[in-house]
Amino acid sequence: MTTTPSAPTPEGRQPQDLVIVGGGMAAHRLVEAVRDRDPDGAWRITVLAEEPRAPYDRVALTRYFSDFDAGALSLAGPQFWADPAVQLHRSTRVAHVDRHDRHVDSEDGRQFRYDALVLATGSSPFVPPIPGRDLLGTFVYRTLDDVAALRGWVNEQSALRGRPLRGAVVGGGLLGLEAAGALQALGVGTTVVEFAPRLMALQVDEGGGQALRRLIEAMGIQVRTATATTALKGSAGRVSRMLFEGGERIDVDVVVFAAGVRPRDELARASVLEIGPRGGVVVDDACRTSDPRIWAIGEVACMAGRCLGLVAPAYAMAEVVADRLLGGDATFPGADMSTKLKLLGVDVASFGDAFAGSPGSVEVVLADPVAGVYKKLVLSDDGRTLLGGILVGDASAYATLRPMVGLPLAGDPAAHLLPEGAAAPRSADLPDAAPVCSCNNVTAGRIRGAVHDDGCTDLAGVKACTRAGTSCGSCLPLVKKIVTTELTRSGIAVSTALCEHFELSRAQLFDAVRVTGLRTFSEIIARHGRGGGCDICKPVIASILASLGAGHVLGGDRAALQDTNDHVMANLQKDGSYSVVPRIPGGEVTPEGLIAIGEVAREFGLYTKITGGQRIDLFGARIDQLPAIWRRLVDAGFESGHAYGKALRTVKSCVGSTWCRFGVQDSVRLAIALELRYRGLRAPHKIKLGVSGCARECAEARGKDVGVIATDTGWNVYVGGNGGFTPRHAQPLAEDLDTETLVRTIDRFLMLYVRTADRLQRTAPWIEEYEGGLAAIREVILDDRLGIAADLDAAMAAHVASYSDEWRDTLEDPDKLRHFQSFINAPDVADPSLAYVAERGQARPATAQERTDPTVMIAGTTLEVRR
Amino acid sequence: MSVEAQRSAIAVCGLADLVPGRGVAALVGGEQVAVFRLADDEVLAVQQLDPFSGAHVMSRGIVGTRGDHVTVASPVHKQVFDLRTGRCLDPVGRAPADLRVWRARVDPDRRVLIDILPVAAPA
Repeated sequence: MTTTPSAPTPEGRQPQDLVIVGGGMAAHRLVEAVRDRDPDGAWRITVLAEEPRAPYDRVALTRYFSDFDAGALSLAGPQFWADPAVQLHRSTRVAHVDRHDRHVDSEDGRQFRYDALVLATGSSPFVPPIPGRDLLGTFVYRTLDDVAALRGWVNEQSALRGRPLRGAVVGGGLLGLEAAGALQALGVGTTVVEFAPRLMALQVDEGGGQALRRLIEAMGIQVRTATATTALKGSAGRVSRMLFEGGERIDVDVVVFAAGVRPRDELARASVLEIGPRGGVVVDDACRTSDPRIWAIGEVACMAGRCLGLVAPAYAMAEVVADRLLGGDATFPGADMSTKLKLLGVDVASFGDAFAGSPGSVEVVLADPVAGVYKKLVLSDDGRTLLGGILVGDASAYATLRPMVGLPLAGDPAAHLLPEGAAAPRSADLPDAAPVCSCNNVTAGRIRGAVHDDGCTDLAGVKACTRAGTSCGSCLPLVKKIVTTELTRSGIAVSTALCEHFELSRAQLFDAVRVTGLRTFSEIIARHGRGGGCDICKPVIASILASLGAGHVLGGDRAALQDTNDHVMANLQKDGSYSVVPRIPGGEVTPEGLIAIGEVAREFGLYTKITGGQRIDLFGARIDQLPAIWRRLVDAGFESGHAYGKALRTVKSCVGSTWCRFGVQDSVRLAIALELRYRGLRAPHKIKLGVSGCARECAEARGKDVGVIATDTGWNVYVGGNGGFTPRHAQPLAEDLDTETLVRTIDRFLMLYVRTADRLQRTAPWIEEYEGGLAAIREVILDDRLGIAADLDAAMAAHVASYSDEWRDTLEDPDKLRHFQSFINAPDVADPSLAYVAERGQARPATAQERTDPTVMIAGTTLEVRR
Repeated sequence: MSVEAQRSAIAVCGLADLVPGRGVAALVGGEQVAVFRLADDEVLAVQQLDPFSGAHVMSRGIVGTRGDHVTVASPVHKQVFDLRTGRCLDPVGRAPADLRVWRARVDPDRRVLIDILPVAAPA
């Protein structure tokens, strides 16, 4: 390249003309990039687009099939093209480039002078040269018009024939599978025909292709690989049959060609610019063609012998050219061919050296056809450095793995291939040596021994025999799974009974109480159980009655059913004192609120701490102090935070669009609304929610039972996340919902969970055990597959309508206040056993050793408390 | 009832002050005692001290049955005790420890009387 175009015009000189041929995504990005860098208007831009519409998002083309809204796909609003420095000419095909006089001529005779010309003509779909390829009912799948025509034909033919159509897609690559998905969504029985031995041959290897095929066939789409289509036959001009090499044939009513693309380099060839070996305009690393005043970007540019079909490199080229036009010296950073996409609901990702081309590289592969997952890591020959990989079926690790390409991989590479959140396999078939209960270091083998050798026949027996789960108890779900597996394996009937008093499971008990309308424990146990109840079934019945709106937890005979914390609506601590947590919806509190909480804590000598749920916990309250503390808090405008209940706890939020420069939605407003809606909702276990105002996810919503993340068009909702012993990332339930639909969706999800989950079962294990898993739950909630959506909506509406703060109600009812005495025959005497010492400026319980050490200053429960 | 027997017990509350199935704490002879009223108005009393956690909270435990034993479960780690004998029925993986028991009864004026001294430890 010899000369470079004149430097950008100094102030006041006549602006230069930049002509862009092509109206696709690359062209749009180039206009954006130049305008961003050129406030003074050194360049006057003319865009010549062949299609009749402004540039649109071709990657999201298939979305056109669901909402049929072409406008939604456009890359920018009308104001973008109202920019005086930009002229967009639609339906304008360029016929000739005069490199000598530097002008471009359109087919309809118009002429456009240029100081710089950029070819962004993209590529065109390749239609194999087979007989019958022009018959009616054959389509390509590139532009909006292609897709609109295809949809029109399918609707028209289905009506005409009165039966679902049979369709075929030629090409099993990225675009072909997308087209197949579109046809299936239109009700067409679809077959994908691929010449290569596997699907998506450019992105995945043999193993990945097989896993992908299995997943796609599971969706009812036929797949034929290593199959060459030889001809199409028609009747009355309409395509009716497809013939394959070797004589096989299938009947078809519609055919879509998605068998690759060819760069639209005809203009460059006519202008005698240098052309690549397999087409495309040769460009250097500044995207300049063999003519110094002509550039090429996007799919038509041939860089280092290859044309790149992905959006990311096209955008990178546009940025390079814009920088160069404004005097910069940017060069193309190299094409990162990594992609992560969702095809027909299937996660597919490939990154780095996906095909292990580097010499001596080794592959670590996890192929699990049952789970429909194929994952491969390509490592350096010493197995230490990550070079690339392929993920099919579960691409959740892509976000962490891709940035590590070229870096040493910590720990055992295979660990990265395991299902997300499973550091070690958590399933029941753990190796014997695997630790299960870390508090009492009990291994899986010991638990199996308890069943097979010590003859334990239930969880309680195994707990007593091995001490597993007797300390913090977080391993109990896993212990229960192992015990159940071992009992079934040894033929012992595994009962789903709640306890010795009820044969029913929690879900069955819930339905029984709901249908029969019984509202007291004595009636329920007389009808459905036996004996006097216990610390397992009484709290379950208390929770069910609360969920069904039977009234205050201390009302009627429910006061005798409540578990440890609900018993006095506070969190019992190790020394018999309690902690108190006022509700702080969405984590938003006023200065006056903070001061009021501070004053209450100081007055009662309480230890204060910020909680994980964005609120304030006050420790060291005696049972007899609870009403006085809550009277002060209620007067200051607070209400119960239900930190003590198996109920909604908090809806965490990040600041979102009100303050944050990255926020796209008002996450605080939504979080507050959700918390005030679901407050007091009792459930099988605690429920936590989070709302993040953008994808940076600062509210950690995906660690919650229900996580909401803002998008610029609405909200994405994820479910089944939690911290704890088995951390889980919430999985997508629905996307781009408006607020009203989001709330209705969460309403139904929570109510379904309340009604069908097991005792003390968080949403994550509930989803895993729900018949059909998340997909089935999605159908119940979004498509009302069970016809119960209206009941779920009504149940939540009843909850919202009947909500009343149970602490305020307690303060107003002497009968309930009776439960908060220290001693029934000495109400003014505090529990003498409580003892506190000062640490870091606050009170904390004295240790046993401190209690006996005379030198340690022990304060009783009165500290500097003003009576 | 002999004077001797009367002096050795105190009235802690009226029967009506107790909610069936929900315990209360009382001070008896300087000791913290957990008092329970059952559905048939029988009254039972055990030590308020939970021997496993060291907290004085037994009155806040859930009352129930295990087989034909009437039970209370510690609210801290759910060890289960027989309310009549104080014997630990489920130490939940810990070395068993029992509760001391106080004799309790309802007098003709429907007041709850509890002996000043606990029953001698079970054999």
